[in-house]
Amino acid sequence: MLAMRRISWGKYIFLILVAGFVLVPMFATVLGGFKSLGELRTNPFGLPVVWEFEYYAQVFADGSIWLLMKNSLIIAFFSVLLTIIIGTMTAFTFSHIKFAGYKYIYNYFLIGMMFPAAAAILPLFLKIRDLGLLDSLSGVVIPQVAFGLGFSILLFRTFFEQLPAELFDAARVDGCSYIKFYWHVILPLSTPILATVGVFVLVASWNNYLLPLLVLNTEQQYPWTLGIMQYRGEYGIEWNRILAYVTVTISPAIVFFLFAQKYIVEGLTGGAVKG
Amino acid sequence: MSNDVTTIGKRSSTSSNQNVSRWFKKNNHGNRLLTLVLFLPPALLLFTIFVILPIGEAGYYSLFRWNGYGEPSQWVEFSNYVRLFKHGAFDTAVWNTFKIILISLVIQLPLALIIALSIYKKSWANSLFRLIFFLPYILAEVAAGLIWRFVFDGDYGVMAKFTEALNTDTWYILADKNWAFVAILVVLVWKYFGFHMMIYIAALQGVPKDLIEASKLDGASRFQAIWYVKIPLIMSGITISIFFSILGALQTFDLIMPLTGGGPSNSTHTLVSYLYTFGITRMNVGFGSAVGVVLFICCVIFAFTYQSTIMKDKK
Repeated sequence: MLAMRRISWGKYIFLILVAGFVLVPMFATVLGGFKSLGELRTNPFGLPVVWEFEYYAQVFADGSIWLLMKNSLIIAFFSVLLTIIIGTMTAFTFSHIKFAGYKYIYNYFLIGMMFPAAAAILPLFLKIRDLGLLDSLSGVVIPQVAFGLGFSILLFRTFFEQLPAELFDAARVDGCSYIKFYWHVILPLSTPILATVGVFVLVASWNNYLLPLLVLNTEQQYPWTLGIMQYRGEYGIEWNRILAYVTVTISPAIVFFLFAQKYIVEGLTGGAVKG
Repeated sequence: MSNDVTTIGKRSSTSSNQNVSRWFKKNNHGNRLLTLVLFLPPALLLFTIFVILPIGEAGYYSLFRWNGYGEPSQWVEFSNYVRLFKHGAFDTAVWNTFKIILISLVIQLPLALIIALSIYKKSWANSLFRLIFFLPYILAEVAAGLIWRFVFDGDYGVMAKFTEALNTDTWYILADKNWAFVAILVVLVWKYFGFHMMIYIAALQGVPKDLIEASKLDGASRFQAIWYVKIPLIMSGITISIFFSILGALQTFDLIMPLTGGGPSNSTHTLVSYLYTFGITRMNVGFGSAVGVVLFICCVIFAFTYQSTIMKDKK
């Protein structure tokens, strides 16, 4: 009994240490935005002695932050929407239409999952340029959708095939067409997997850096990941401003995580395990 | 003779027309074929144009010296590859990528497993710890990189406290050739161990309780129950997480840029940040494509051998 208790004490001390390792940098970031540079130097991790609000206020002052957020949101929204529409349509042809040779096409999509997006980034960039999509939000959305297809088709198809076959048989006997079946039966029944894939694409798109970095040139088009790096470039080592900026830009993701935790964990790990 | 051929030809063409229409009617019940023609091409086109073709083009362009304008014309055979393998910074990038894999396997995954084993049971305290540990994973890499750039700053943050306590000179670890990459490895563990922990927790929650009870009844110690019962039962989760950590290590980029940008003197590049610095920013399409091809080959060889050996056994 004594040994058991000692183990569980040790366990909690260990867990709290790791939690400290995770949280201290984050708290320091949030609090750092409230400190003057001088205080940040002497007291980087503690509560501010004097609370300064001007650095946070300044983040919002020039209004560019809303534009960055809006661009990120537009990119993410269309990436999710298109991935779900195109992904479910394609998965449906594999799960219910089952045309001759569908297995080869299906494997063709799966192979693409293993391709690292970065490997062909230069030819991809030239392709985006030649299609006239450079410096436009669709130049970010379309490749993102293309790269999300393999993974989402895999998850959608697996899910569609687990739906009861009787549904399909009954619908066909009643003369329901394939498109109607897809629209009125498959999609409404698939909300859990739509949420899983949707969350995965949303987070990946919201955090994407490399693709927007290549595709977008004008600041009016920047998503927040480019904005944050630019802000850092502008203010150099004025860490209190940068930390305030970081806090503001990452808070939507954290709030979203706290509210949609179940779907996020499912989308980011469950999807991986099922695949 | 020739008459015969034409009549046969005619007959077969009319019958093939009939066949086609019959085949169409038979297969298009419920507009099956029309749905297919509508549903399949969008994905097929997008995927081919933006995922598959660029890989092939990377292979082709890598044999040219080209700045991306006009047509690639200066054929240089394999000299891009030769230059690549002779470049010291590329060696460092490969070696750094290897270090990431090593740290993942030796520190990150065991840490994730130990934590998963201690908090996989359902309770409010465990849920809270899970939430905390998973938090870094949902942060964007660039934001996480900036946070740690502050933590590692020699004038502020933890390194300032550290040198102050030791009474030594300020130490800018991210500008220190010997230590900068160690600092990056710390951030990598911080950022990704929660993801692997979640995979293990999901797997552990699927382990039947009676198996663990049975092992306890048979007198297995805590450690034995973990080693001989739990770990073998979550092996599929472990193989998946190893797969993701290695594939992820090969593609590390976003975190490098805010932390060091590959410096000091190109000592902290990974394969992708090397590609970015020497291929993309200088528009060396040929050279950058050669780096991409090497990256691609590494990923594909790894993915195929891993899936056909280790993952196959587990299924």
